[in-house]
Amino acid sequence: MSKTLAIFQKEMKHFFYSPIAYIVIAAFTIIAGIFFYLYLSSFVEAAFMDMIRSQQYRMPPQKFNVNLQLIRPYFWNTALISLFVLPLVTMRLYSEEKKSKTVELLYTSPLTVSQIVLGKFFAGVVFYIVMLVPTMFFMGLLFAYGNPELGPVLSGYLGLILLGSAFISGGLFISSLTENQIIAAIGGFGLALVLWIIGWAANYSGPGLASVLNYLSIINHFEDFAQGVIDTKHVFYYLLFSTFGIYLTMKSVESTRWRAS
Amino acid sequence: MIEVKDLTRYYGEKRAIHNVTFDVQKGEILGLLGPNAAGKTTTMRILTCAMPPTSGEAKVAGFDIWTEPMEIKKRIGYLPENPPLYSDLRVTEYLDFVGKIKGIPSNKRKSAISDVIEKAGLNEVTHQVVGSLSKGFKQRVGLAQALLNDPEVLILDEPTVGLDPRQIIEIRELIKNLGGDHTVILSTHILPEVEMTCGRVVIINEGEVVAEDTPENLTRRLKGSERTVLEVGGDKNAALAVINGFGDVLNVEVNNSKSPGRYQIRVETRSDIRSDLAKSLIQKGLALYELRAETYSLEDIFLHLTTKEEVA
Repeated sequence: MSKTLAIFQKEMKHFFYSPIAYIVIAAFTIIAGIFFYLYLSSFVEAAFMDMIRSQQYRMPPQKFNVNLQLIRPYFWNTALISLFVLPLVTMRLYSEEKKSKTVELLYTSPLTVSQIVLGKFFAGVVFYIVMLVPTMFFMGLLFAYGNPELGPVLSGYLGLILLGSAFISGGLFISSLTENQIIAAIGGFGLALVLWIIGWAANYSGPGLASVLNYLSIINHFEDFAQGVIDTKHVFYYLLFSTFGIYLTMKSVESTRWRAS
Repeated sequence: MIEVKDLTRYYGEKRAIHNVTFDVQKGEILGLLGPNAAGKTTTMRILTCAMPPTSGEAKVAGFDIWTEPMEIKKRIGYLPENPPLYSDLRVTEYLDFVGKIKGIPSNKRKSAISDVIEKAGLNEVTHQVVGSLSKGFKQRVGLAQALLNDPEVLILDEPTVGLDPRQIIEIRELIKNLGGDHTVILSTHILPEVEMTCGRVVIINEGEVVAEDTPENLTRRLKGSERTVLEVGGDKNAALAVINGFGDVLNVEVNNSKSPGRYQIRVETRSDIRSDLAKSLIQKGLALYELRAETYSLEDIFLHLTTKEEVA
């Protein structure tokens, strides 16, 4: 446990000692902020138009639901942005050590493969949570000037963290396959794209295949979280995905040690 | 302390080492000598349990590499050819991390770190970022890392490569002092290094052990013959007649020199005949442009050892 923690701490240092972390956080916040701004302004505009209309026709104004019309699509977009930013987080997790030959230190120290892989995985997850912190400011604005429901916001963040963890496990696996960070990043983007498109393809395929594809799509499982529903089925999917990714990474690490160049 | 028996390792089709066998006693400093790609690093990586051999057995500090790698890893310090450094961490941060993953309890970690900083001479750079250090200091940080858990067995892969002469002397001195308490295996392709630091040498070539002996014995075996290189002008046959006039000539090789009318002659003899040779050549009226004793390079040693073994 303490050795997993040592790996975790070291990875966190790598993140925050390098400029990439700050660039990634900034880019993520800006893109998420732009989406937030667009959803917010169209929501405000719709509400404003409705107010004018209700005054003109002397009708009671419609009820506008912030959760439904703003927070839900916003979360959905944040999940999608996460998929395409996370490869930049996972790319160096393993590749860097292979490139600089520091894996040799890890492999000749009394560490188990699971301690190495879990330390790195949790570092990725915690970094992602740090990435999400600035977006909480956007939610804070909504709470300051309106009265959205808290539940769906919390479940949305839970969903993002679960989705992020699942993707990070996959990205870590790809990073463990190569010593080239660029290849790891491109592989990560590929994985993100496949996981996203699968759900899309489900719309165009027969009922049997569609349900399989829908189940596999990483983003479809997120929809309930964005709506404020925590379904154990989806929690289970993400946990299973993460476990599988971690398992593959461990196998890949073990097998490279046997093949070793 | 270390028993290696019939270690063989293949990388795919390529054979890296074949039936490597040797022993190291407690407190001994053993040199693994060989040219690049001879299998030194492969042998060391197997002993450190970084990877398993294709076949064969080895015991380090009394534990088997197949069944108890964790116990071995607790008791070794390993400095790979490229020191495994995280260039963005500070020296103390790096050593602290190594201490944690080597399982040094937190109450002893601080004193262990200041100990190795002292030993490796890192006092002036403790707060610097590893990536900003010179090659020599990086090598020392790597050595400090290997010494951190006060290992029973130290495995050092070319520890002096890339250092300046003063640093090389310091590191060799340091390694020498480590013998006795620690069992040390170090690899190198520099012959004097072995003579200076190691109690015993294992020579590896193309993945096989060619010789195993003390440095003194090995050099004695090599000193069995002297080689002299001459550059002579004048009549070639007269010169050869003079050379062959000496009783103990083993081998003569004649090449045309770059300058016209001169010959380069390489003579192998049992004893040093340089002064007599010069005298006789000049008496015969030949022009002598160069006369020097040829020193043995590592390649010569291999040639020597392998051909000798074939004859015997």
